[in-house]
Amino acid sequence: MSQTEIGKPAIILDKVNKWYGPLHVLRDISLTIMEKERVVVCGPSGSGKSTMIRCINRLETHQAGHIYVDGTELTDDTRALDTIRREVGMVFQSFNLFPHLTILENCTLAPIWVRKMPKVQAEELAMTFLERVKIPEQAKKYPGQLSGGQQQRVAIARALCMQPKVMLFDEPTSALDPEMIKEVLDTMIELAGSGMTMVCVTHEMGFARQVAHRVVFMDRGEIVESGEPKQIFENPQTDRLKLFLSQILRGH
Amino acid sequence: MSDIAVDPRLASGRAAPKRALRLSWSDPRFRAIVWQIVILGFIGLVVWYLIHNTSQNLAVRHIATGFGFLDRTAGIPIGEALISYNPAESTYGRALLIGLLNTLKVSVVGIVLATILGTLIGIGRLSKNWLMARLTAFYVETIRDLPLLLQLLFWYTILQTLPAPRNAMSVGGAVYLSNRGLKMPTMDWEFAHTAALLAFAIGAVSTWIWNRQARLRQEATGIRPAVWPMAIGLLLAVPLLIWAVLGAPFQWDIPTLRGFNFQGGSNISPEYFALLLGLVTYTAGYIAEIVRSGIQAVNYGQWEAAGALGLKRGLVLRHIVLPQALRVIIPPMTSQYLNLTKNSSLAIAIGYQDLVSVTNTTLNQTGQAIEGIAVIMAVYLTISLSISLFMNWYNAHIALVER
Amino acid sequence: MSMTTSVAASMPVSSEPRGAPPGAGAVAWLKTNLFATWLSTAVTLALGYVIVRIVVSFVSWAFFNAIWTVPYSPTGIAQTEVCQEIKGIGACWAVITDKYRLILFGRYPYEEQWRPLLVVLIFIGLYIVSAMRRFWRKELALIWIGALTVVGVLMWGGIFGLSEVSDDQWGGLPITLILATFGLAFGFPLAVLVALGRRSTQLPAVKMVCVVYVELIRGVPLISVLFMASVMFPLFMPAGVNIDKLLRAQIAVILFAAAYLAEVVRGGLQALPRGQSEAAEALGLSYWKKTAFITLPQALRLVIPPLVNTFIGFFKDTSLVLIIGLFDLLTMGKVALSDPPWQAFSTEVYITLGLIYIAFCYSMSRYSRKLEREFNASRQR
Repeated sequence: MSQTEIGKPAIILDKVNKWYGPLHVLRDISLTIMEKERVVVCGPSGSGKSTMIRCINRLETHQAGHIYVDGTELTDDTRALDTIRREVGMVFQSFNLFPHLTILENCTLAPIWVRKMPKVQAEELAMTFLERVKIPEQAKKYPGQLSGGQQQRVAIARALCMQPKVMLFDEPTSALDPEMIKEVLDTMIELAGSGMTMVCVTHEMGFARQVAHRVVFMDRGEIVESGEPKQIFENPQTDRLKLFLSQILRGH
Repeated sequence: MSDIAVDPRLASGRAAPKRALRLSWSDPRFRAIVWQIVILGFIGLVVWYLIHNTSQNLAVRHIATGFGFLDRTAGIPIGEALISYNPAESTYGRALLIGLLNTLKVSVVGIVLATILGTLIGIGRLSKNWLMARLTAFYVETIRDLPLLLQLLFWYTILQTLPAPRNAMSVGGAVYLSNRGLKMPTMDWEFAHTAALLAFAIGAVSTWIWNRQARLRQEATGIRPAVWPMAIGLLLAVPLLIWAVLGAPFQWDIPTLRGFNFQGGSNISPEYFALLLGLVTYTAGYIAEIVRSGIQAVNYGQWEAAGALGLKRGLVLRHIVLPQALRVIIPPMTSQYLNLTKNSSLAIAIGYQDLVSVTNTTLNQTGQAIEGIAVIMAVYLTISLSISLFMNWYNAHIALVER
Repeated sequence: MSMTTSVAASMPVSSEPRGAPPGAGAVAWLKTNLFATWLSTAVTLALGYVIVRIVVSFVSWAFFNAIWTVPYSPTGIAQTEVCQEIKGIGACWAVITDKYRLILFGRYPYEEQWRPLLVVLIFIGLYIVSAMRRFWRKELALIWIGALTVVGVLMWGGIFGLSEVSDDQWGGLPITLILATFGLAFGFPLAVLVALGRRSTQLPAVKMVCVVYVELIRGVPLISVLFMASVMFPLFMPAGVNIDKLLRAQIAVILFAAAYLAEVVRGGLQALPRGQSEAAEALGLSYWKKTAFITLPQALRLVIPPLVNTFIGFFKDTSLVLIIGLFDLLTMGKVALSDPPWQAFSTEVYITLGLIYIAFCYSMSRYSRKLEREFNASRQR
């Protein structure tokens, strides 16, 4: 993957802290993600990686520290939040497609109501992205009629229809049967090739090696190590990272 | 994907062979038939025995059978009736009809009010304000732990403690609350009011059409023109204008105290009011739970995904959460409506003359218990089967399409 | 592109939380839950004011200004003038202290009232025992049969040296408990049979009979079933045979309960995965063995919360026997109020009755919610 296209900072996390009651789940997280950069976040469960990326589009609120997305600070100000959510797309582990709407309606809902696009234009846009994720023929079906891998690809297309600057992925393949993981990863690799800024929480290390500029390892609420994929996988510095790698790479 | 040629499984030209019935105990179909004959025969015997006893008993007590009594003069005094009724002339049939109308009167109004109150309480249960959430939870729990009959008697007693008409509480000298009911002034209906009502109806249709136009405009250009200014004009300003132009008549029939009670105006009896209060507060408790669990049933991920796409809370509610919540809410909600209608039969305990109460008087007077109870059951069965049919249609209509 | 690893990797990792979470404690709780937004603050203030006013006036009416006993005239008639004077300001709990035996036990002979009291305690004990999980074995059925028999013996008398008390003298809380509990005890087996019959694919005639029965009973109000029982049952019997009123009402409650319980059981049978039934058949079990050993035990365990909720409903519905002239708890309350000196104090009586109903129904409803939480917790892995 080309490394010369990195631009200015897209997301800045500055000493971000979050507590769930007495539990300190994010501890002084500081991370900067540049435009067109692709970052994979990994770590054991409970490390706070999902919480961290959910803070970026305010699905979770941080209690201390600052988060800047595309130059705007993330606060309680609803105007700022609306702007940020328009530019940040998210793909969830459990897809979260809207079951009572067709695939096409799932994709056109936000462009029509948030970006105020005319319906015909929104549908054309949606079909472009559905073709890109390789399931244009399912446009009139309902989510319940699709397989898990197809649903997740629709979820990616739905997020792309808002033409965001950053795409966040929260364990996108963890809920899929093994034979469907490849089709979703292929879609994400193609997306990466087009220059999208991506932050991806995943256990798929092959994907990280192929696509990521940087891998960030989190454990127990803090960033322990980060660096190029080659460095992280072949030359882990800390014991915790060594332990984690031995656990997930066993049997591969 | 299948190719252009027809699937051979659909057009093979052969049908499944039928198996002949063997008259032997080892054939399960034969056994099934025998068992059904035995069971039905047993039930038939019991039914015949009961009918035999009944006709004997009826003959001994000289009780007539059949529905001829419906044409006889009733002589039952009925306190409130939606259609004209004269105890000296009207038949039992008419009395029963009035009872049915009274049942519907309290049920329909009760359903509307209970839905409104229940929805508000259900939403209050989900409030982030701790006091509101706990208070509504307390209300729901208490209402559901007390028998409806006890609540009705309680409300009725409270209404009985209102002062006599002579000392009635009044609002603005036109509305009077006493232990004989709530008396309100009625407006003398003129042509101008009919015209205004007509204008309102036309306005409602026009608003609906305008709404559709707005949606089409949005689909074409992305911008949705505001609907509410036009709506206010059509629904409010135009009818008022028409009424004013036609002379603005505004005559009221105000209740005035004559002797021991009020004359004029319209009356809501304490029996009706107590029954309505009891039914509404009771059913609202159940509806609140249904609404709450319906909204909570929508997976939180739906809120998150819609929020992540940039949709604002109002839009998320309208397009994503409510459609899914209503699917979960409507089936148990209609069953609560049915319960409310059935519970209105408790009217007999506080003296409101609904269908059950009038039928009870009828069967006491004519002695024809079986016909009376049959009438009650037939009416309620019709109501509940219609609601069931509607429910089935609704469920099939909005079911989420799955593989 | 940075090739260095994070600085944090070289620092010793501290496992203590850095700094306390902002705003822990009571003040923060108040802020988030009561005063988070302007609207929330306004609601808190309005509701708080209303609640305080209602509670203060209720407490002063019910406790501080209340009268607990009244004097009696030489002929034994209660002198309630002092209560009448404070009506609206203070409660007259004297109506309860005077009438509590009548309300609780009806017209049961005074000296024998320890028997219905014992019956009430047996019922409460029976409910508690049935609720405890370690008694959920076959022996529970025996316990039920034993308890119900003892109840019958105590109420009727006539043997073991107990004087006979005919059931038109029974009344109050025992009647409520008897109607509800016997209704459940007999209605439940009938409900299971009807639910199985309704799901039968082999016997369409049986299925139709079950469907008709359930839809008929569920489509009509309980009052009409009670009327049917009290008015039509005597006509059904051959000449000369008389069923007493309590039995008629009990049969009506059983038929009514069975229809509603059948739907709950059917829901449980439907929720069971088909694989269970298929595995049992693959092992060679016949229909009845499969039902008794595999499907029914699992289905019933699934639906215990809705079963308890349905039972709470019957418990409250027994109050409807007021309308056919049977003397349950609610009816005895009204009877107590028909005594002239006490006619004006219905609020106090209804509040007391309400507290008794709440005591039973709330405990049952809390139990059912606890069960539901435990079932859900065990299913989430």
